[in-house]
Amino acid sequence: MSSHDEHAVEVVGDRTPDTEPLADPGHPAHKWRPTDVDERLERRAERQVATLFALSGLCSVLFVVSYFVFDIGEVVTTVGGFGASNLALGLTLGGALLFGGVGAIHWARKLMADQEMVEARHAIASPPEDREVTVAGFNTGLEESGIARRPLIRNSLLGALGVLALPVPVVLLRDLGPLPGDALKSTIWEPGMRVVRDVTGTPIRPSDLQFGDLVNAEPAALFEVDEQGEPLIEGAQLQTEKAKGAVILVRIEPEDITPGEGREDWGVDGILCYSKICTHVGCPISLYERTTHHVLCPCHQSTFDLADSARVMFGPAARPLPQLPLDVDSDGYLVARSDFDEPVGPSFWERDSR
Amino acid sequence: MRFLNRSVDSWAGRISRHRRGPLAGFLVLVLGLLMMGGLYTTFSPAQAQSEQTTEELVAEGRELFIVNCSFCHGQNGEGVSTVDGNQLGPSLAGVGAAAVDFQVGTGRMPAAQPGQQMPRKEKVFSQEEIDAMAAFVASLGAGPAVPDESDYSLEGLSDEERQEAIVRGGQIFLTNCTACHNFTGSGGAMPRGGYAPAILGVEPRYVYQAMLTGPQTMPSFSNGNLTPEAKRDVIAYLQSIEENPKYGGFGMGGLGPVAEGMYAWIVGIGVLVGFAVWIAAHGARSTKQKVDA
Repeated sequence: MSSHDEHAVEVVGDRTPDTEPLADPGHPAHKWRPTDVDERLERRAERQVATLFALSGLCSVLFVVSYFVFDIGEVVTTVGGFGASNLALGLTLGGALLFGGVGAIHWARKLMADQEMVEARHAIASPPEDREVTVAGFNTGLEESGIARRPLIRNSLLGALGVLALPVPVVLLRDLGPLPGDALKSTIWEPGMRVVRDVTGTPIRPSDLQFGDLVNAEPAALFEVDEQGEPLIEGAQLQTEKAKGAVILVRIEPEDITPGEGREDWGVDGILCYSKICTHVGCPISLYERTTHHVLCPCHQSTFDLADSARVMFGPAARPLPQLPLDVDSDGYLVARSDFDEPVGPSFWERDSR
Repeated sequence: MRFLNRSVDSWAGRISRHRRGPLAGFLVLVLGLLMMGGLYTTFSPAQAQSEQTTEELVAEGRELFIVNCSFCHGQNGEGVSTVDGNQLGPSLAGVGAAAVDFQVGTGRMPAAQPGQQMPRKEKVFSQEEIDAMAAFVASLGAGPAVPDESDYSLEGLSDEERQEAIVRGGQIFLTNCTACHNFTGSGGAMPRGGYAPAILGVEPRYVYQAMLTGPQTMPSFSNGNLTPEAKRDVIAYLQSIEENPKYGGFGMGGLGPVAEGMYAWIVGIGVLVGFAVWIAAHGARSTKQKVDA
């Protein structure tokens, strides 16, 4: 005991050594840190902590400086190819927090009090007198409110709470709707509508395309404007129709094509048109390999063979991409012969997965 | 005359005194080489080069083709199929001069070995040799010609026109190219071990030709599909990506959430774990006792 008399472990709480089966051997002798016993090391640690705090302060100052010094907007100051403002703000603020934290931890580990301490856990239950006071208070409340004596108040309160729950299912379920109706079953494509290039909206002649070409295309209706040059379809409706009507055109050597049954004349000179929306969960797909005629969905790797009616070659998609039958109008441009003959995109409630 | 003779004599005498000097042989050699070179450039090759006919170019290209390309592409560029029906090298009829200029100019051809992917590497041939082979392959069937620099150059565009080109090019790029090449042009994985290469830092000439010809499995974007202006706009967009500083700091390859998540888990959490270990480390203990406590 003599060796750690001076630093005897403090016992806080009401542990009773008599009840322990074995006598508590106590803690081993305390070993001091170098900074506790060597004044030189202690001063050094003190300087280190102060330096870290100073660095933290310096970073904070630099943060403010870089906020004003580096240009953003039209002319951007750059450092080594990076935007200087973001880089400097991040580094200085990060440094300010990091050095502050490291300094605090260094301080605690090297210089603050370093001795073991045991704090025994107190009993979980409250003392019996506290419990009695609480129960008495609750009973007094029951008595004074008279809820047992006045069933009318009690029942009307319960009724009001019950009715309060009603808006939750009604409003939440109502706002899930309205039901889509048959909007998912058709797209904006209609007989004679031109197939135009996405972005530019220009119509396409079959002779424009070489074998191996891929065109990301859209229905012409999405690019139509009225006399004032305002688009006829815009906003949410444009997004919806674009999401359903987007197509890819590919031109494949005719001898490589295995046309589906009844689809022998759906292409024009080897040009085939398919929905761009994956039948798995509806990602737009155009990772096309001209050598294999496969198109791959980037989301889950569903692979479709466009030379073979977009048959599923691989992946989770359950059915081929819908094909758009093509024709050429009197001006020589590619047009749709009809809408898709099946819903585009992923399965939905009213539709099986075949 | 006497004066002249004497002066020549003295001049020749001065030279002659050095004729066995250590530098004499070297100087004579340099002089001879310079004269030969001068005569050669004056009389022969420049004119011969410029007057080289298409037939001669094709014939020269055919020689090069037979030595370097015919093993996979066939002696007449008809393509070679392996026993199990795979293609060793595709037919080159109709691929055009642009395809040769792209494939050989970026070092993809001659390929080190047949395979799913032909990586870009150091180019093997000089531009003259590439032109000759391109002329030969172009003679096999009509195909896209090597584009003129004016097709893809952004020179001569005002700042405003250039901005418009970048905006249009961005839309075209996001519609047609990002599926494989990623939204910042960093490339991406393709089926069966292939990949779409990163296209940042690629010369505009080769970006243009890649769109025009569709190398390997890439679909082509011929001039009927994407107009030359649209292709130039895409190049303008790519250059704007290259020139723009990275505002957010390190791009981490620009490959999206997977790469960024990897950094977060390995670098970010690794550093945090290291810090936690340091905080909890037991630290040094002294064997000395405190004397004055």
